[in-house]
Amino acid sequence: MFKKVAVFGLFLALVPTVAFSDWQLNLNRGVTDTSIAVYDLHMLVLYICVAISVVVFGVMFWSIYHHRKSKGFESHEFHDSTALEILWTIVPTIILIVILFPATKALINSYDTEESDIDIQITGYQWKWRYKYIGEDLDFFSVLTTPTDEIRNKSEKNENYLLEVDKPLVVPINKKIRFLLTSNDVIHAWWVPDLAVKKDAIPGFINEDWTRINEVGIYRGQCAELCGKDHGFMPIVVKAVTQEDYVIWLAEQKALKEIEAAASQADWSMEALLVKGEGVYIKNCAACHQPNGMGIPPVFPAIKGSPIALGPIGTHLATVFEGRPGTAMAGFGEQLSSVDIAAVITYQRNAWGNEVGDMLSPTDVDKLKGGE
Amino acid sequence: MSTQAADIDHGDHDHGPAKGITRWLYSTNHKDIGTMYLIFSLVMLFIGGSMAFVIRAELFQPGLQLIEPEFFNQMITMHGLIMVFGAVMPAFVGLANWMIPMMIGAPDMALPRLNNLSFWILPFAFALMMSTLFMDGGGPNFGWTFYAPLSTTYAPPSVTFFIFAIHLLGASSIMGAINVIVTIMNMRAPGMTYFKMPMFCWTWLITAFLLIAVMPVLAGVVTMMLMDIHFATAFFDAGGGGDPVLFQHVFWFFGHPEVYIMILPSFGVVSQVIPTFSRKKLFGYHSMVYAIIAIAVLSFVVWAHHMFTVGMPFVGELFFMYTTMLIAIPTGVKIFNWISTMFRGSMTFETPMLYSIGFVVLFTIGGLSGIMLALAPVDMVYQDTYFVVAHFHYVLVPGAIFGIFAAVYYWLPKWTGKMYDEGLAKLHFWVSFIGLNLTFFPMHFVGLAGMPRRIPDYPLQFADFNMIVSIGAFMFGTSQLIFVYVLIKTLRKGEPAEQLPWEGAEGLEWTLPTPAPYHSFPTPPTVE
Amino acid sequence: MSTEQQYYIPEPSKWPLVAAASMFVTLTGLGLLLFNMTAGNDSMSGQLMFGLGLVGMAYMFFGWFGKVIEESMGGLYSNQLSVSFRKGMSWFIFSEVMFFAAFFGVLFYVRLFSVPWLSGEGAKGIAHMLWPDFSATWPLLTNPSPEQFGSPKAVIDPWHIPLINTFLLVTSSVTLTLAHHALKAGKRSLTKIYMAITMLLGFTFLALQIYEYIEAYQHLNLTLSTGIYGSTFFMLTGFHGAHVTIGCIMLTTVFIRILKGHFTADDHFAFEASAWYWHFVDVVWLMLFMLVYVF
Ligand code: HEA
Ligand code: HEA
Ligand code: HEC
Ligand code: CUA
Ligand SMILES: [Cu+2]
Repeated sequence: MFKKVAVFGLFLALVPTVAFSDWQLNLNRGVTDTSIAVYDLHMLVLYICVAISVVVFGVMFWSIYHHRKSKGFESHEFHDSTALEILWTIVPTIILIVILFPATKALINSYDTEESDIDIQITGYQWKWRYKYIGEDLDFFSVLTTPTDEIRNKSEKNENYLLEVDKPLVVPINKKIRFLLTSNDVIHAWWVPDLAVKKDAIPGFINEDWTRINEVGIYRGQCAELCGKDHGFMPIVVKAVTQEDYVIWLAEQKALKEIEAAASQADWSMEALLVKGEGVYIKNCAACHQPNGMGIPPVFPAIKGSPIALGPIGTHLATVFEGRPGTAMAGFGEQLSSVDIAAVITYQRNAWGNEVGDMLSPTDVDKLKGGE
Repeated sequence: MSTQAADIDHGDHDHGPAKGITRWLYSTNHKDIGTMYLIFSLVMLFIGGSMAFVIRAELFQPGLQLIEPEFFNQMITMHGLIMVFGAVMPAFVGLANWMIPMMIGAPDMALPRLNNLSFWILPFAFALMMSTLFMDGGGPNFGWTFYAPLSTTYAPPSVTFFIFAIHLLGASSIMGAINVIVTIMNMRAPGMTYFKMPMFCWTWLITAFLLIAVMPVLAGVVTMMLMDIHFATAFFDAGGGGDPVLFQHVFWFFGHPEVYIMILPSFGVVSQVIPTFSRKKLFGYHSMVYAIIAIAVLSFVVWAHHMFTVGMPFVGELFFMYTTMLIAIPTGVKIFNWISTMFRGSMTFETPMLYSIGFVVLFTIGGLSGIMLALAPVDMVYQDTYFVVAHFHYVLVPGAIFGIFAAVYYWLPKWTGKMYDEGLAKLHFWVSFIGLNLTFFPMHFVGLAGMPRRIPDYPLQFADFNMIVSIGAFMFGTSQLIFVYVLIKTLRKGEPAEQLPWEGAEGLEWTLPTPAPYHSFPTPPTVE
Repeated sequence: MSTEQQYYIPEPSKWPLVAAASMFVTLTGLGLLLFNMTAGNDSMSGQLMFGLGLVGMAYMFFGWFGKVIEESMGGLYSNQLSVSFRKGMSWFIFSEVMFFAAFFGVLFYVRLFSVPWLSGEGAKGIAHMLWPDFSATWPLLTNPSPEQFGSPKAVIDPWHIPLINTFLLVTSSVTLTLAHHALKAGKRSLTKIYMAITMLLGFTFLALQIYEYIEAYQHLNLTLSTGIYGSTFFMLTGFHGAHVTIGCIMLTTVFIRILKGHFTADDHFAFEASAWYWHFVDVVWLMLFMLVYVF
């Protein structure tokens, strides 16, 4: 008993240190018709389960209370009853059938991916998501932006701790959006609770799912299938906007792309590349190769002193551009702009005591992209 | 535990235990081997539990404080594997070893040397498995379900040793199960027909069957992993015409029956204990037997309920949803029969009974959340969240583990010839009971609120409940030290136990003197 | 069910422990071997440990079985015990059935689901988007990703070596049964002849299987690493081959024991157990022949 009190005291003392937490007990109703149907079904079963518990435990505790030896209760010959056996086989069967109807209906609904307005291909990578708007010339990655300091408890955690990304998936409301899910490496699962969408992203195969969002808002989720060390750090943010805003956003994205293309034509100095390269490295490479370039051998090799990073620049570029199939090292040729690739390679060759001294210019990367 | 058994061993033809360490190393005695199994399992419970402590300490607060994510993943994987294969299954085999010969009137297990072999594989297998934690790149970090390709192409190099450890474990389980099944089929005393067998033997008969049927499948799936890793086969690689989901199908074909392997023997224990302390025969013996058989048969056709989100074709999803829900019916029959056994009995509440009642209540809660998970459209939301973690700890901890505790307290007097300290044992129960609910109940809430499982760090809205969970876990874990203390105290200065320590107990095991002689029934008793 | 005789509880024995230890050494050695192989290390530590383990296993088998034979010859075994042995062996074979069932299940899944899906057929045919050039055939000669998984030129023709092998195994099952009848009738020399024929057939089967593998690897480019056809083909036939090898070892042991006169007309459990095993391996082959080679 004393221990229990002490433990609770400890617990109470610690509670105020945690900001922003709440005591949510149940599912969210969500913002799609599917999620509401799922919520209703969940509540239905929950009530049924509670009712079953009340009856079952009620009878049990009643007899525990009354039929105890200490009250002088004698045991009775009562150990077989076909009627009862039949009864408690049939009643659960009926209950199950009652549940099955709405469940089947909801399932049929979730499999209906026909006639979508927008198709988006979602690809899981260790550990980020890639969104490709099919039919539009738009394709980008979405990466966690929570600063390492917050994760390492060196600074105050913000409200959206671990649930924030650089580029959210932007979609219009009231449109049927079809998702085509796949993966580049291991199995991930794309999950946004408010949309009641959770589907595995499986390498080499495509899964379909769909949603139609009813309300404007930002909906956050997380990867839901263990996918390696940073499984807990690949969130999903969906920004649902009106159709008008969506059109504006699309146009903006296309404009941005052109600016990017122009940047690779500019003249980049080594210093500028190094500065940019560090940023690119921290964001895209440090998860595996670590901020200090030491990697986590043997799985993630060090870049510091790596024969690739110290060797011919062409091999280095090829490694980063194409990746190493069958390992966690994905090809970055499609993920990063030419400037970013040039910068990160230049950075890797000249950081942490790597002193090759050369640099790669964005135009060289462009050439590779052009299919040389 | 059975060191005392030697003292009163006065049979003239049967030899007592050998002296020294070879008694254990070379044993062919079902009680000694059972004891070794039980001790091994207790050690594993503590190792696996310490890993749970590490997990809960890291999750005490948001942010990464104690361990790195890679290590966290190794901890959850090893925790799951050790608890399942190291703690629960060996404990059940230990109980089977001790009790089945005594319950059916046999002198020993049918194949005593095989019995010793299946035990001795275990320490080697776990040594191999745990040594991977110290290898370059760390131990297995892909969850106890080791889905490909995370466990093949993307696995740390130590995975090869993990695979062979699983092979060893599988071999041990299959041999153990063959032994049990043969003992039950061939060693029953005259007159002990199948339908006179104690419930514990029935549940183990079915469990052994499940083991023999599915452990080879597990061996098959890890073998395919091995081939994918070292010989570039394409079983789980779409580029060569395989499918990562194929891994999951084969794994869960083993995995789902496996969860019943971890619960059926507990069903058996509870079916022994409740009638004893209700002073009444087990209600509906026959329907209990049919229910176990039904559960076992159904368990082969429900596996893909673990895979509702992998995008199975629609009919598959429907099929697995329906069959899974069917399991509620035979399981319900069991629950209702236990309650009817208590009904109009004359109950007392010694520790084994407390554990059994705890079992019935908490297992039902876990079973009901299982039914919620079985609904495919809603499972799209529950899948891989803490709701699932809550479900399976409710069926495993108060299910499997409470069943084991009930069994140990129930038969301890017969094993050791001494009575345990009832007061301390009750304390153990209550602290465990409260700690357990404090640990696993709030997991339902965080799960529904959206916390994924297998993450070392979490968004802030889950912070409060996680702290409660961690506190509960420390409470539950520490209370197991009471258990160890009770055991030691019983052995060292327990009161001598009577031949029939429990007023309402029936069965052949109670006809033996206390403590049970080294060889149970050299000449078979006759059951009328 | 029970006999008047006491159920025999064997003496404490070191063999189980030796067995567990040598299994451990063998598998750890094999693990190390594969580990070094894939990592490209030249170290021989794996081979060494594996070899050591095998020696341990051999020592254990001789010791353990020798002990059992001695006890059995010494008349210690009751009827009931021999029923235990029989039941144990049957359940062991059942576990082997499940082991093969897993691999057959894989073959079934690959042919009915994953390969068609990848080529655009069936419920999940949308996967074809990722492999636009892939079309399904069985045997699968061109994989979805030909860069990663090479293409076999052709597969083994069922109507040559496999057909001969089928014939060999079926015949060997027949001759084994004849040997059993002869043994039961107490005709020792006939038993020996039939046993010798059975073994000869078994070893020939193995030799042909090896020849077939060499052919596949050297001429057809059909290997473990040329996609799912090769994977399932070698997995199924390879495991079957391993079982035939074990079966041959069992038959040889039995043969030697027959020569030594260990068996009597009504007590020859070791013979029967080996025979069951052999028939089981034969049935598996028939399924393999149909499902792997022919269809
Ligand atoms: C001892 C182990 C055990 C047992 C007994 C069970 C029992 C059941 N389990 Fe559980 N389960 C696990 C261990 C177990 N499970 C584990 C370890 C996992 C996770 C694996 C992983 O991913 O790591 C899991 C996961 C799991 C899932 C997958 C969740 C997911 O990942 O998305 C599902 C889904 O259907 C499920 C369902 C069930 C059902 C329907 C039962 C049924 O057998 C329950 C039946 C019992 C009752 C229903 C209660 C009593 C009945 C009545 C009182 C009668 C009246 C009731 C009704 C009419 C409803 N379980
Ligand atoms: C029978 C099986 C079993 C048992 C008994 C338990 C027991 C416990 N489990 Fe376990 N658990 C699993 C099977 C089991 N678990 C499985 C299969 C998984 C899935 C793994 C995966 O995702 O792959 C899992 C996953 C799992 C998770 C989720 C991890 C994640 O998804 O991120 C958590 C988190 O809290 C957890 C906690 C606990 C706790 C607190 C206990 C407690 O009950 C433990 C109590 C502790 C003891 C009984 C030991 C007491 C020890 C001492 C007192 C000594 C202490 C000494 C020192 C530390 C010095 N378990
Ligand atoms: C998801 C993890 C991951 C990320 C992110 C990642 N890498 Fe890698 N990288 C790897 C792995 C794994 C290897 C080793 C591949 C192998 O075994 O052949 C590797 C190898 C390399 C090598 C070759 C090193 C050597 O010595 O062989 C270079 C260079 C490299 N990566 C650069 C990068 C750059 C630049 C980025 C970011 C733009 C990056 N990596 C991001 C996982 C990653
Ligand atoms: Cu991606 Cu978990
Ligand atoms: Cu299951």
